[in-house]
Amino acid sequence: MKKFITGNHAVAEAVRLCRTQFVAAYPITPQTPIYEKLSEWEADHTLGGSMMRTESEHSAMAACLSASLTGVRAFTATSSQGVALMHEMLHFASGCRAPVVMACVNRTLAVPWAFWSDQTDSLAQRDTGWMQIYCEDNQEAIDSVIQAFRIAEAVLLPCMVVLEAHFISHFMEPVDVPDQELVEKFLPPVNIPKRFDINNPGFVAPVVTQSQYRTFRHLSHQAMEYAVNAIEEVGREFEATFGRSYGLVEAEGVEGADLVVVTTATITSTARVTLARLRKKGLKLGLVKIRVFRPFPTKAIRTLLDDVSKIAVIERNLSLGREGIFCSELKSALVNSPGEHQVQGYLAGIGGTDVNPELIERIILDALDRKEATDGPIWMMEEG
Amino acid sequence: MMHMEESTRPKEILRSGHAACPGCGVALGMRMVLRALGNRAVVVVVPSCVAVISGPFPHAAAGVPMFHSAFEIAAPTAAGISRALALQGQEDIPVLAFAGDGGTFDIGLQSLSGAADRNEDIIYVCMDNEGYMNTGIQVSSATPQFTWTGTTPAGNTRRKKQIMEIMAAHRIPYAATASIAFPEDLTRKVLKAKELSGTRFFHILSPCITGWRIGEDMAVKMTKLSVETKLFPLYEIEDGLKYTINYQPDDLPVDRYLEVQGRYRHLTPEQTAKIQTEVDRNWQDLMGRAARAHAQDSFIR
Repeated sequence: MKKFITGNHAVAEAVRLCRTQFVAAYPITPQTPIYEKLSEWEADHTLGGSMMRTESEHSAMAACLSASLTGVRAFTATSSQGVALMHEMLHFASGCRAPVVMACVNRTLAVPWAFWSDQTDSLAQRDTGWMQIYCEDNQEAIDSVIQAFRIAEAVLLPCMVVLEAHFISHFMEPVDVPDQELVEKFLPPVNIPKRFDINNPGFVAPVVTQSQYRTFRHLSHQAMEYAVNAIEEVGREFEATFGRSYGLVEAEGVEGADLVVVTTATITSTARVTLARLRKKGLKLGLVKIRVFRPFPTKAIRTLLDDVSKIAVIERNLSLGREGIFCSELKSALVNSPGEHQVQGYLAGIGGTDVNPELIERIILDALDRKEATDGPIWMMEEG
Repeated sequence: MMHMEESTRPKEILRSGHAACPGCGVALGMRMVLRALGNRAVVVVVPSCVAVISGPFPHAAAGVPMFHSAFEIAAPTAAGISRALALQGQEDIPVLAFAGDGGTFDIGLQSLSGAADRNEDIIYVCMDNEGYMNTGIQVSSATPQFTWTGTTPAGNTRRKKQIMEIMAAHRIPYAATASIAFPEDLTRKVLKAKELSGTRFFHILSPCITGWRIGEDMAVKMTKLSVETKLFPLYEIEDGLKYTINYQPDDLPVDRYLEVQGRYRHLTPEQTAKIQTEVDRNWQDLMGRAARAHAQDSFIR
């Protein structure tokens, strides 16, 4: 059924459709409408699960991961300071192999205090062992949450579905909300290990030796490698069921392009418009959207970009003292590529500033004209 | 001594071969609590001596499913398991969390308060050895005034936090102090807590042989003296207001408790007197609370 809803509302719809049994959450702008919507549905008995209104995001993740280890489907949502406070528990959830799903609404981290879109909060969780999916629009938000439960429960690693503050969380768009029956066909009732069996008692997460630690880390890394295939497989099944396709990356017009623009999340939609306009003027431009950040889709990116010489990465995040984080990751993915690459990073939309078609056009013209790339990022301002 | 038939003998949940130091008060307390709890339970431990005692991989000291969670989240971890068990139709399985005084009085206080506020269906047991003993011997807010620790070499300047009052302020169904020197009282309280639902809290004073600078055979004696000197009275609080004192102490001077511990070797007579004054004041306050609860109780009747 088509509904005209916000991205937050879309995420909540997905959580309900997935028969999520346990939700623990704490309010933070701009995630709070997810928490409120689920509370509303718990009150009218349409959520069908148990909600815990915790005193912090840290406790929310503690309760989610322990409920997940007990064998139930668990979800939480947060943003910014909340995901930063959760950081310790994020490592914990992945280390325990708890398939918790979380919606992270990208918001600037303090200080300075602000409430706008910026991806640094979720990207700072890069090494926690969570899978991360970045959404371009409201439809992708609802679909990615449904997929995330399937992926997380297959891989036994937690999965973060990332949507940008305001551009997705609060903007309303027509969203195809899938039928309950179809979702149940796609996502069967939860069937994950129940770690606390009184008839078969064991000790979860005890202290280990150096070599045992290495073994557990190796196993988790193998799970991440397996996740690459699982995400693609789930994507194919999703398309067969719902008719919409999502993979690790998305590409258009890459072959024979003089420049390939690499984007994530909502900047992608704007880039699509800009590229279409410039292609009409005769420019040969390609677009690659990185949807999955962890596991990083190195192979898929190599396949697309091995023969591309000019690449421009546009992104709304920053690792201080280096550059945009997707740009660094892309460069490292291409370091063993046989082709020659000129990869230029552009910071656009930092702090939630506007990234409009004109700004993207300026980036494209700069990248096409550029003889060599700078090692640091180029800061783009709204007005030229 | 009471004779127990084989068939009715309590089943030991904490096995021999656990990783506690010889003579550890925490291990004794865990053994008594777990024996009373029985083998149909899930137990959470967090970084502290209780986690060490529970054994390194692949060993497990306890014969119940256990989870070694993070330091400051014993309560929400247990609550998550309890909620999930209820969703699976197993709400009859009690979930118990063991944490140390650091994990309860200090770093875990926020999450414990949150769980108690929501009246989560858990039993929370604080094994209080009055300092960060697992990391050496450092001061916590459960360390009594004037006590030597590695981070208070000149003696602790703060008074011990009154955790029972904090828990009572949450108006949880049940909170009790218990002692390894009074196993019948401890067992009765655990069995009573098991019959209740909602957040149930235990405060168990648990001597640390190395941290308290006492002999390996002194743990039970120390806790016995802590009760008899009124320093650690045995009482329970129902619904946050109904205080009942479970044992009338011998009224020994606190010096009897302090003089045998190396961590108090440096005390001046003035400091000992101050501790005595504080103990007397706390006892008077406790008696007042119990009398008031009793008066209200008879008024209602």
